[in-house]
Amino acid sequence: MISKTVVLKNDTGLHARPATLVIKEASKFQSNITFIKGTQESNAKSIMGLMAMGIKKGEEVEIKVDGPDEKETLDTIIALFESNFGE
Amino acid sequence: MFKGIGASSGITIGKVLLLEKEDIHIQRTTIENVEEEKDKFKKAIDISKEQIEVIKSKAGEEQKSILDAHLMVLQDPELITSVEEKITSKKLNVEAALEDVLKTFISIFEAMDDEYMRERAADIKDVGQRAMMNLFGKEMTNLAELDEPVIIAAHDITPSDTAQMNGEKVLGFITDIGGRTSHSAIMARSMEIPAIVGLGSITKEVKTGDLVVFDGNEGIVMVNPEASIIKEYEERKEKEIAEKAELRKLVNSHTVSKDGRKIELASNIGNPKDAKKASENGAEGIGLYRTEFLYMDRANLPTEEEQFLAYKEVLKIMGQRPVIIRTLDIGGDKELPYLNLPKEMNPFLGYRAIRICLDQKYIFKTQLRALLRASVYGNLKIMYPMISSLEEIRQANSVLEEVKQDLQKENIDYSSNIEVGIMIEIPAAAVISHMLAKEVDFFSIGTNDLIQYTTAVDRMNEKISYLYNPFNPAVLALIKLVIDNGHKEGIWVGMCGEVAGDPRLIPVLLGMGLDEFSMSAASVLPARKQIQGLSYEEMQKVADKVLEMNIADAIEAFVKQYQ
Repeated sequence: MISKTVVLKNDTGLHARPATLVIKEASKFQSNITFIKGTQESNAKSIMGLMAMGIKKGEEVEIKVDGPDEKETLDTIIALFESNFGE
Repeated sequence: MFKGIGASSGITIGKVLLLEKEDIHIQRTTIENVEEEKDKFKKAIDISKEQIEVIKSKAGEEQKSILDAHLMVLQDPELITSVEEKITSKKLNVEAALEDVLKTFISIFEAMDDEYMRERAADIKDVGQRAMMNLFGKEMTNLAELDEPVIIAAHDITPSDTAQMNGEKVLGFITDIGGRTSHSAIMARSMEIPAIVGLGSITKEVKTGDLVVFDGNEGIVMVNPEASIIKEYEERKEKEIAEKAELRKLVNSHTVSKDGRKIELASNIGNPKDAKKASENGAEGIGLYRTEFLYMDRANLPTEEEQFLAYKEVLKIMGQRPVIIRTLDIGGDKELPYLNLPKEMNPFLGYRAIRICLDQKYIFKTQLRALLRASVYGNLKIMYPMISSLEEIRQANSVLEEVKQDLQKENIDYSSNIEVGIMIEIPAAAVISHMLAKEVDFFSIGTNDLIQYTTAVDRMNEKISYLYNPFNPAVLALIKLVIDNGHKEGIWVGMCGEVAGDPRLIPVLLGMGLDEFSMSAASVLPARKQIQGLSYEEMQKVADKVLEMNIADAIEAFVKQYQ
């Protein structure tokens, strides 16, 4: 199991479009991915779970990955956050 | 006879198809065979996915993205594991388990403080209903393959309903809920089919196969009426068709008064699709492209590229005909949740339109870049909204100049003769229009706001709606002042508010010397017919007389004879 904490930088928060991108990327990997914000957590392959967390600009999210391809998975998800979801 | 809200005009007669979605009664039982229950769930999800894929293959671009979101909800691992969990640990039947899980998710989204997120609850409901129907082995009515034309009766018409509808087979909508701006009403108008919404419980009053007649203007639905009433509606419908055919003949003709005054009849649009419709209805230009729709119903600002493509499409559709694109007019009654603008006490007097653009210049610059890049594809004119002073025009123009210089540096082409004009919708701008006219290429009078600001009447406030009156002598005097001041400085003056398409006021506006009238696409041909029958010289006298009158009701009564 590995994890890393990132800060969401895009202006509009983790709305449908960025959430969809997370799911599309996350679904390519076998590892389990969990987003944790404070006491809330969600499976990163769940559109409703991710959106329901209501992650806003400037908030910290811990990304926890567990599975056979965890290193690659974590790098990919972090890259998404760092690219501001292409916005 | 049932009364609702007329949401889309036209007369229709036809058989009802009742969309039964609300009638599933879910019982809670304790089950024994967990695997069998889970299997039922999996099958229902699979069938739902297949159905959506089929609908998606026939849907337009806009609807595809809604359907993609639906597919993602159906495959959501939290949804699936939560339902399975309830089946396994609580021995709950699959229908009740699914209902519980959907309710939880829907209530989470409905409770969010962000309107965009609250609206996602409707998507979850919509897709959840499909899965539930499939669990019951009931097929949702396949709207894509209707055998005969029908009037659809439903509790509400959802986005996935309209996504699959074959417009030619749908004669009209009647719904229990909704208002003039609900999805059902907007779609009916865009499909040009009559609709009455907000009927209360029409789905309890009609059944599939009932004969229904209604006029979308009136908001009254008759179910299985007497033969004489059917005959009356048939005659009215024939008359409507004949009148439409008569108007169609004017599509390619010019708008010229009896004595030779030429007018430009343009159309107001919100997207490229509207531009097509405007063109089909004989519009001689676009008098107002409301770009805020590009910014609404989404989670983030539209990119330069997205905007460029939309503007380019409209310009190409209109060819050499002028297209006035208004820069972002947000605020007031139009909110953008993702800009996180604070709630204001008086949003109509607040931080909106050009005021936002001059403050948050990156938003403005992106739009101006997209506009300039698109300008090479047609006859673009740029219009700034909510101008109240000369300083604002100068500031906006200096941003435009900056953007032009940026493009030059990047060797990106733009048209060299783009007219730049302003909306006249604030009384201050009307009063100093002789000064403003020296620094712009045209005026377009926005009557909706001009009336509200001149008369100090909030147009959303029903209690004082009687004061919101285009016949108010002060409003008419301001309109005349703006037209005269524009003409004195040699610029043309148009109008893009509701008033421009109002047959009661068209004669007066013609007489005042208005050069361009911009209205909804459906009003263009009737307005052309009206103007072709009027004498400009005579209407000048009528306008002069109107400007001497001091009571709104008297003016309204007086101009009736020219309608």
